[in-house]
Amino acid sequence: MISKLFKFHGGVHPPEHKLESTTTPIRPVALPKRLVLPLRQHMGNLPKVQVDIGEQVLKGQLLAAAEGMISAAVHAPTSGTIVAIDEQPIPHASGLPDVCITLEVDGEDRWIEHGPLDYRSLGKTEVIERLRQAGVVGLGGATFPSHVKLREDARHPVRTLILNGAECEPFITCDDMLMRERAAEIVQGIEIMQYLLGAERCIVGIEDNKPQAAQAMRAACAESAIPIEVAAVPTLYPGGGAKQLIKVLTGREVPSGKLPTEIGVQCFNVATAYTVHRFIHHGEPVISRIVTVTGNVAQPGNFEAPLGMAISELVQSAGGAGAGTQSFIMGGPMMGFALPFPQAPLVKATNCIIVASANMFPPPPPAMPCIRCTRCADACPADLQPQELYWFAKSDNFDKARDYHLFDCIECGCCSYVCPSRIPLVQYYRYAKSEIIALDRAKQAADLARERNELRLARIEREKQERAAKHAQKAAGAKAEAAGDDAKKAAIAAAMERAKAQKAEVAPQNTDNLAPAVQAEITEIDARRGEAAETQEKQGS
Amino acid sequence: MLTAIFVMVGLALALGVVLGYAALKFKVEGDPLVAKIDAILPQTQCGQCGYPGCKPYATAIASGEADINQCPPGGDAGVHALADLLGKEYKPLNAEHGQPKPKSVAVIDETLCIGCTLCIQACPVDAILGAAKHMHTVIASECTGCELCVAPCPVDCIDMVPIPEKVDNWKWRYPVIQLKQVA
Repeated sequence: MISKLFKFHGGVHPPEHKLESTTTPIRPVALPKRLVLPLRQHMGNLPKVQVDIGEQVLKGQLLAAAEGMISAAVHAPTSGTIVAIDEQPIPHASGLPDVCITLEVDGEDRWIEHGPLDYRSLGKTEVIERLRQAGVVGLGGATFPSHVKLREDARHPVRTLILNGAECEPFITCDDMLMRERAAEIVQGIEIMQYLLGAERCIVGIEDNKPQAAQAMRAACAESAIPIEVAAVPTLYPGGGAKQLIKVLTGREVPSGKLPTEIGVQCFNVATAYTVHRFIHHGEPVISRIVTVTGNVAQPGNFEAPLGMAISELVQSAGGAGAGTQSFIMGGPMMGFALPFPQAPLVKATNCIIVASANMFPPPPPAMPCIRCTRCADACPADLQPQELYWFAKSDNFDKARDYHLFDCIECGCCSYVCPSRIPLVQYYRYAKSEIIALDRAKQAADLARERNELRLARIEREKQERAAKHAQKAAGAKAEAAGDDAKKAAIAAAMERAKAQKAEVAPQNTDNLAPAVQAEITEIDARRGEAAETQEKQGS
Repeated sequence: MLTAIFVMVGLALALGVVLGYAALKFKVEGDPLVAKIDAILPQTQCGQCGYPGCKPYATAIASGEADINQCPPGGDAGVHALADLLGKEYKPLNAEHGQPKPKSVAVIDETLCIGCTLCIQACPVDAILGAAKHMHTVIASECTGCELCVAPCPVDCIDMVPIPEKVDNWKWRYPVIQLKQVA
């Protein structure tokens, strides 16, 4: 048993609204006619499409393979035909479309050949690689590929493995129901994770507003071959944040900009442990997940739905959206966002759909000026100064915002929740973060361009010098030849001289060496010509 | 008196040696100011400033030859950064050198390209791939959008296409605060 729990700074306790969706067990949904599977369902590189349009695929077949280390695969949630690979609306705050694979369901739900893996005899690297191609990602919301976190790192051995079942955000109950109903399977997943990481200690952290889940997990952990502790942590939002849960359970803080592994801790969501178990012991990749559908619906509850199902269709399974529905929120009320398109598909990150009506979430009153009350600083679980960050973000003073550790902000929304001026603080932080990321990218591109330009100039200079060297070599060669040429030139001159002399000798003039009689005749003719010219001149004048 | 003079002379000599050694040992290659200015410039290498690249423009600014408002790709933010660095007064971009445009990349219409290599010679960052009488193509990730390849193309097959907004380069918008509605 855990002897002592610690406290993290700040936190808030909004109304929980969890009872509505925990009265019924997890329900399956009818297979939809069509599934739309975005390639971008995780952090990191987009996976590479492995199927063609028109291809028949089986349930669990690989549709897109992980590309690079930080990436995860996408599989077919049921059997059917690939009808399109194109841009479709995805559940993203931007409302921009992205590449998706559309699967026309044949209704037969035929599995591809699959079976359990003997992970202990396979070798750890091989198991990690299999997990990468099984599409296992963190299901707590960040969807970071889990195989990356399950690699053993010699520099930072993981001593404590923490399983996150805190589920601190209001309305969301998918992990709660999963722990109540499938505790034994989660524990089997924890055993695999413990084996891969070589952790000495395993702790499951569950908020104390979920006594049934904690009970079920305790019972399952008691059966396990390895010691797994179950700790009931105080219900305080955001106690399910990885850094906050680590602080509560171990008393250690993850330093700014560092990963939990650097203090020897690794943290996974309980649903991730469940998917690891499903893959290792049953050979099933991640093709479905548990989703809470709650809010303005007739039968709120949890559903086990295939990935790619339209969210509007999923809401139909819960009785459909009630009158006065304004929007569909994906995630919780604190960190979620309103879906730009309700027909967007369910993805690995979709833990909860809140059908929101105006009574539940009235439009926020207009923001008032900041009065510097610092209530946000008291509530901030990351120990930041939200009011300062707000001023910096508002005035586009991004360098200062970064200096004040903007990137330690987990966007939990506690500051906005307590703000008496109702300032949408998190929106300012998101704005500043994305601007800084864009600036950093531009800087990287500029550095690359500078390097390439310098290399090009150096290359041109080098080529110029090489050319000059070549010319110089040629000129030097010509000169050397010229020195040896003097004799040649003299020979040519002599030859020309000879030719001239020869020509003079050979070509006789027909007026030379004449007989005296002929000479006299010529003289006489010339004299006559002279006279004729003279008389002509006289007549002309 | 004499002791004081000896002490002072001795100190002067000792410090002189230290300074001389430091001047040799920690010698800065090149002009650090040029490097600082160059770090602010966007490295588009487009030559709109009137200099054959960002480094020459940075050198010209450092020597006081060029003004700080001649770089349209750097935009207003660039002028502000240069003004801050150099302790100069901010001035709006000089329209003579062009207007800032959304970031674009060159795209070669591969059906029209005749493989003349003129664009390859014009590209300041070697972002165009190709050989004589073979089709050319732009490596989009390396293209700075300088437009220098557009003019030399004899068949006008190069277009500047603005980079579209996608999920991976999308930015959160500045929050718009609702004003109180007055009837």
